[in-house]
This record gives sequence, C-alpha cells and structure tokens, in this order.
Amino acid sequence: MHVVVVTKNTPDTAATVTVKGDGTIDWGDSLVVNPWDEYAITEAVLLKEAHSGKATVLTVGTDEHQEALKHGLAIGCDQAIRVWDGALDGCDSLGYAEAVAAAIRKLGDVDLVIFGRELADIATDQHVYQVARKLGWTMLGYVAKIQALDVAARSITVNRLTEYGTQTVRSTLPAVISVVKDINEPKYPTFIGIRKAAKAEIPVWSAADLGLDAAALQPRTQQLRYQELPKREGTVEIIEGATAQEKAAKLIDRLIEEKVL
Amino acid sequence: MDFTLSEEHLMAQQMVRDFAQKEIAPTIKDWDRRHETNPAVLPRMAELGILGINIPVRYGGQGFDYITLALVCEELERVDTSLRVIMSVHMGLNSMALLQWGTEEQKQRFLVPQARGEKYAAYALTEPDAGSDPVRLRSTARRESDVYILNGEKMWISLATKAHNILVFAKTDPHAEPAHKGITAFMITRDMKGVTTGDIHGKLGVRAGSTGWIAMQDVEVPVENRIGEEGEGFYIAMSCLDNGRYTVGAGAVGLIRACLEDSVRYANERVTFGQKIGHHQLIKQKIAYMQQWYDAARLLVLRAGWMKNMGQRNTRETAVAKWFATDMSVKAALEAVQIHGAYGFSDEYDVERYLRNAKGAVIYEGSSEIQQLIQADYALGYRKDRPLRCELPAYDPEFWQNEG
Amino acid sequence: MSQGVLVWVEQFKGKPQAASWEALGQARTLAGGGPVTAAVFGQGVETVAQEAIRRGADRVLVADDATLADYRFEPFVALLAQIVREHQPAIVLAAATIAGREVLAGAAAEIGAGLLTDVTDLSLEGGKLQAVRPVLGGKVLSVEAITGDGPQFATLRPRAFPAPEPDPSRSGEIVAVAPVLAEDAIASKVEAMQEVTGTISLTDATIIVSGGRGVGGPEGFDPVRELAEALGGAVGASRAAVDAGWIPYEHQVGQTGKVVSPDLYIAAGISGAIQHQAGMRTAKVIVAINKDPEAPIFKLARYGIVGDLFEVLPALTAEVRKRLG
Repeated sequence: MHVVVVTKNTPDTAATVTVKGDGTIDWGDSLVVNPWDEYAITEAVLLKEAHSGKATVLTVGTDEHQEALKHGLAIGCDQAIRVWDGALDGCDSLGYAEAVAAAIRKLGDVDLVIFGRELADIATDQHVYQVARKLGWTMLGYVAKIQALDVAARSITVNRLTEYGTQTVRSTLPAVISVVKDINEPKYPTFIGIRKAAKAEIPVWSAADLGLDAAALQPRTQQLRYQELPKREGTVEIIEGATAQEKAAKLIDRLIEEKVL
Repeated sequence: MDFTLSEEHLMAQQMVRDFAQKEIAPTIKDWDRRHETNPAVLPRMAELGILGINIPVRYGGQGFDYITLALVCEELERVDTSLRVIMSVHMGLNSMALLQWGTEEQKQRFLVPQARGEKYAAYALTEPDAGSDPVRLRSTARRESDVYILNGEKMWISLATKAHNILVFAKTDPHAEPAHKGITAFMITRDMKGVTTGDIHGKLGVRAGSTGWIAMQDVEVPVENRIGEEGEGFYIAMSCLDNGRYTVGAGAVGLIRACLEDSVRYANERVTFGQKIGHHQLIKQKIAYMQQWYDAARLLVLRAGWMKNMGQRNTRETAVAKWFATDMSVKAALEAVQIHGAYGFSDEYDVERYLRNAKGAVIYEGSSEIQQLIQADYALGYRKDRPLRCELPAYDPEFWQNEG
Repeated sequence: MSQGVLVWVEQFKGKPQAASWEALGQARTLAGGGPVTAAVFGQGVETVAQEAIRRGADRVLVADDATLADYRFEPFVALLAQIVREHQPAIVLAAATIAGREVLAGAAAEIGAGLLTDVTDLSLEGGKLQAVRPVLGGKVLSVEAITGDGPQFATLRPRAFPAPEPDPSRSGEIVAVAPVLAEDAIASKVEAMQEVTGTISLTDATIIVSGGRGVGGPEGFDPVRELAEALGGAVGASRAAVDAGWIPYEHQVGQTGKVVSPDLYIAAGISGAIQHQAGMRTAKVIVAINKDPEAPIFKLARYGIVGDLFEVLPALTAEVRKRLG
C-alpha cells in the first residue's frame, strides 16, 4: 500500500500580523507545518505501519517548505518529494492541483492521498477537491475516522463529519481524503526519525519532470491586497450588579434591546 | 568557530518543546499547587526517547550529542523545573556516570534499560549532615565476601521514590586519610532488601517534582554493582557533577527564557499611564537585562557542551555556566515577578512559580558560594584538574549512532 | 455569451440548507436584471425547488434521482460541471458548507474556472468577481478577484450575507435534468448516516453558548447546556475544553474547530485566545463571562460579566425562562 500525504509550511497563525500600507502582509519568519497536516501526516504513518506499506510526504513549493517534508520524514514517512518550478510561481489552486495530481501520477502506485482539512494561512480547502477531480478519484472530505481499509479488496470505509451528522461512506481505492482533528492524536517525531530526516536529500521534481503544461498553470484568480479587520464597534460594557441575579436581569434587558433575543 | 545548531539539533529541540508545551504546560500549575508529581511525565519522557537522548544507540539511547542534552534541558525547564530535574538525575548524574565509569557488563545491565526508559535512575550523594562538604558523608559500605553491606541515610534526593537504580556513595574506609579516598560508588536498586525511601514535603519550589530521602539498613549490594574501584567514589561523584551541573545550567537558561518570554508578552498587553508598559524605560531595562542574561548563560552552557562533544575536560567551564545561569535565573525571575506587578505575586501567572523554582538551583549541585570558590581557586592556581582514570567519552557520531 | 447567475442549492433529506438562500439573495444582487437559476440535486426535492423560486430563482434545474439522494462528490461534481458547461452562467455560487465547498471546487477544476472560497463579501468589478475572505485564522482579510475567462465560482460563508424572505407571489420555471453518472459509475456508497438530532448545529445556530477552561470539567458544561437549551441555542467549546476531553470535538469553535457567526455568542470561562477568536469574532453580539477581568475575551465582547460562571449562568437561565417563557 502506498499512501501520499500532501503538506505545506504555513506562517504560524498564533503570531501577530499587521497589514502594511500597501496592502501587503509581513508574514513573519516563523513557518510551521500547516496545523491540519499534523493529523494528515500522522494518519499516513499509522496507515503505512498498519498495512506494512509505504508513506510519501509531498509538497509543491519553494525550499521554504522543506521543513514540512522533513517533519513528515521525522514522524515516519519513508520518502519526501518536493515539486517546484519557476512556472509554478503565482499559480492558484488549479495550478497547484495540476502539479500535485501530476506528481501522484508519476509516483504511479498510489492508493490513497491524504490532506489536512485546509491550509491555515490562506484558509482554503479548494485545492484538495481539485486534486481529486484532476486525478478523477473519489473525494472523501472531513474524515474523522477510517473505519476500514482493505488494500487487497481496493476498498476504504470512512466516517465523515458533516453539518448534518456523521456519514459513513465506502469507496473504492484509489481515493483522496481530507482529515479533521478527530482522526488521531498527532505523533511527535522520533529521535531516530529526526536523524533520518536531517540526513535526507529530498528530490525536487520540475514542471518538465511532471510534463506540466504552462497553460494549465495559468492562474484564474488573483490576490489583490490584505486589509485589517474592521474594528468592532465600541468597547465592552461591564454589567455590574450586587448579585448574579441582578447582573443576569440587566444583561437580558440589553440583549432584548439589541434584538438578539 | 561555528555557532549554528544542526538541523538535527533544531528538530530535536522542537520536538521536546512541543511535548512540554502540549502535554505538560496545560496542567503544570495544578500539579505544582498540589505538591504532586504528574504520574504521566516519566513514562511519556521514556516513551519519547528523551530519557536516553545522548546515550549511544548501542546502549539503548537515541545517539544524539551532548549539545542536544542541553537543548532538551532548556526546553523542559522552559515549562517547569521538575521536568529538567529528571534529566539532571536520570541522565546527567547517573546514566552519564555509567557511560563514563561503568564496565561493559554494567552498561548492559544498568545503562541499556535506563536509556530505553525502562528503568529510572537517581543519584544519592547528599546526606542530612553532608551537603556542600560531601567528604563528611557517614554512609558506610562493609565488604563481606562478594557483597558490600550498606548503611546510612541520603537526603534531598530527586526521584528517590521513583527511581529503580540509584547511584549511592558510601565509605568503604571511614578512617582513610585524606578522607575522600575512603568513598566508593555503588548502584543499588530500590527493591533491594533494607532500602526504604520517602518524599520530602513543604518545599519552596519544584513542587511538581519528586524529592525525597533514602535509608539503607544492612543492604546487601553485590560486588558487581560497585561502580569504579574502591576509594574512587569521590572522583566519580565529582565527575558526575560535571554532567549534572551542565543540565542544571542548561535548564536555568530555559528558566531565564521563560521569564523573558512571559515578561515580553505581558509588557505588550498591560497598559499603564496610557501606554503598554513595554514602552516604559524601566521595564525596557529589565527586559534588556533578561535578554543579556539569557544570551550569556546560553553561550556558557553551549561552550561546555561543545567541550564535552570534543572530549575536553570541562569542570571549570561547566561550573561557571551553572553558577552564572542559575544566579541569573533567580534575578530574571525576580524581575519577571516585578514586571507582572500584583499579578506576578499571585499564581494566576506562572512567574511566581519560576521564582520559587529558580531558588533551588543556586543551592543544589554546588551552591553559588561553592561555585565562586571553585572559580577563584582555578584562577588563583589553587585548583587544577587531574586526569581521571575514565574520562567522559567524546561524542563520536559513528560510535553513538551505530547499533554496535 | 455567458450570462446570469447559477446557484447550487444544497438540501439534506428534502430540507433546504438555509445558507443556500443567502447565496440566492447574493445572486439576485449580482445578476442585476439577469436571470438567476438554481440547481437542486437530490431525491424528492420538489418543495426545495419551489422554495428556491419564492426565494428569488427565476428557474430551477432539478435533478431528482436515487443516485443523488445522499451527497457524494463524484455524481454531484459531474452534474454541476455538466450544467455549467451547458448553460454557461457568468457566475456560479453556493453556500460554503462542506458539500458546497467540495462541489464547486470539483466543478471549477473540471471547467478550469476561477474559484473564491468562503467569502464574506462579494462584488463585481468590471465584470469580474471580487471577494473579501478572512484568512490567517480570521486575523486579516484578503481581497481576491477572478481573472480568468468563463464562469466565475464563489462559495459564501454561511450567515455572512442576508437571506431573502420567501415571496409567495414569485413564479418561475422548474426544469428537470438528468444525472450524469449512473450508480455503477460511482465509486463511493453511503452506508450510514448518524444524524445530529436534538441539538442545533453550531453552523446554523443563531445563538451559541460556549464553555472553556473555566468550566473546570465535563460536568461544568451542564450550566452551559442548560442556558443554551433555554435560549434555543447550540453549545460551543474552546479548544482547551475539547483537548481536556470535557466535550466532543464537534463542539469546538475556533481556528481548528468551526467558524461561526451567530447573532449572539456567550463565552463562559473562555479567556479568548486568538485561535478561539478566529472562530467567533464575526458574531453580531458577544457576551463574555469570566472571573478574570483582564481576559482578552472582554476586548472583543459587547457585554461582559466579571464573575463566577457557575453563579452567572444559572441566573441567566432562570431569567431567560422567566422572561421568554
């Protein structure tokens, strides 16, 4: 069994960011593995261990994303691949999906592709579903549990966490899944894994290696600028009162005035 | 001269940071308040390999270098001193002593399970009446054919009630002249008949850590458990301190960082006189000093670590690092409390715990006063290092990382 | 020449997803005088189609088929892509629910169209969609635009846009369309659905009462639940409470949980870490209840009560029951 986990470094969302006058952002220099991908990487390693398979960690991006790959290796992935090419600079989710799909095709024997739910920095998940579509594979999003995975029978059964409840879906392999926090407890790197990762030479696949066509990488969307959140109006009104009952009554008055009750 | 940490160092540091932040930080305040040790800590550190970080893979460890040990201690004490204390006794004072002085058979029997985290280890030199002056210790070891009979009491022993293997020092020749030549080292196990242990309560700091006493009454210790030669115990005990103090100094660096980071965060939140307190010059000064202490302490510790890696004797350099880092951690904690004002005085914030914890490390493993005497004696030429029969082995990546 | 706006209207077991009407309302605005078409996929969805007309659709394309009874990626994406290719709408919208995000992204990939996900503001600039999206854990807004030719796709964050009231006098055309994939061409099969029952889902809720570290334990959520129940709201939680195992993950509000925009958000015993704020800062009115007057949540709140949540919450519950029946 061959499972591929797709990851990326993102700016640390706990850091404070400020929008500059020209509408650009200073993202800061502390990049971390996209928080959702911690679950995806762990799941890939758990699956490869359970099925005596192989796990590959893949990224599309500049060497800024090397650390996410090394993290994947340190946790237990067998190999890492970075896809990058000047032609990918400025591509949007479609170009990104094109590149990921091409890399997965090049790997050849992939049974399952795992993504974290979304990218924490640009707050989007569209690339995940677009990879599935480019590959022509089924997409199982928001997976909270893999109930069964039978590689010989080419079948996977998962629980998806939807707005309406938990959906249990069975699908044939290969498939693309995205995972949510419920799926596991993220693993830490092992020290042996760290040493392996530190020594690893990670191959870089170019657009030419993947046979990517420049036209397919043309962006259809553009990021124009960033802006600060609108300030929330007014400051807090602290409800005073001698007793909890008095405070409660006053608060309910205010909420009725605000028409939220 | 190269000050860069390797990718391996950085990843190991990050891993331990994540562990301490995610698993320990959220509940440490409660454990500290209750004067109790979180029972999950030791098993988790064992499982993650932290308890064998710088021991060669062939002896059950993770095969990292001595610098990594310092980085690990910094990350652990960034969250709580009790975590670093585990590394000081299990690794610095005991496992590294086995690496340095143990026979191959003793390494297999004691070091391998310790490095794997299957057994926890402690170090028992101090007695109720022998702290800074260990030559006064009263515990005795009487040879009877192929066993030694140990009697005596040890005090202020970290992990006394948790450790399986304890490195104890006792006098095989109570009348030796000079007295330190009568001391011998032994590895006892807590399950030996005649060994009793207990915890000490009412400590000012490190309340989430386990500190206790060990009593030995006619404990039969096989000759094979003697570490080093008869009469070599004092040299072993002192060489252990080169490693124990290294971990204490490295941890103090983490404590200074904790004070600095928490103070910076608070200074950027708290407003007085219409601006964030970080804009007040007197607050800036405190922050600036903390940064200076952190940088200087860290450099001293890493120099000692580099010397260990190179296989150079580092008694003086380790001692000065421990002295400076722990003294500065007390000052940093005092300033951190001051910056936090009344909140710093309450346990709503962590800085009061930092202050209580910092105070211990200027007392144990050579008080700051002893450290000053050591530095002065080196400078004045009253003290010189003599070669040891067994030196701490230099870090050799081949030897450390191969299965053997 | 492409024209008009197409809205994919989501439904579950014949019940429309309320956020779809918000997309329909936005479609009317963007269409100007042009036609607004709704697409409804499912089984037994006639009433959803009729409501789509009352909510502003001029025409509804209805695919009513057993293969579409449950949401699945492949048949839904294939069908939407087919409709877009055939009808060439200028704009394709949906609510940014899980299914909405998946279906529009999949169809956009198939067509090679630009897509803006989870937008909170949308306008047309020179014929191109321009959107505002909260990014980086909701801490900043990103302004993005579609640059490519052809249909332009966007998904709209639920509760970020007003929903048009149903107008019974409106009329429109209902057109049946056939599914693209037959059952045996679909790789996935839905085996079970354990519905969320009895409780109101966080994403739909107009009122949310959330508990954090301050509730102190699983039983600490009892007063939180009681107030939520009295208010007809949903129960939320901070990451600290979820990580401590006091309440299941599905209740988590914040960056690594759900992003919600209720009318009223009551945060009890939640300090208000930036990651939590990311999930709730767009709530209309925020009430903070916390012992610590310095807690960051008070900076975000409209109303605050400094006090013990175990006293304040039961008092609020009693007061609500007294006043609202």
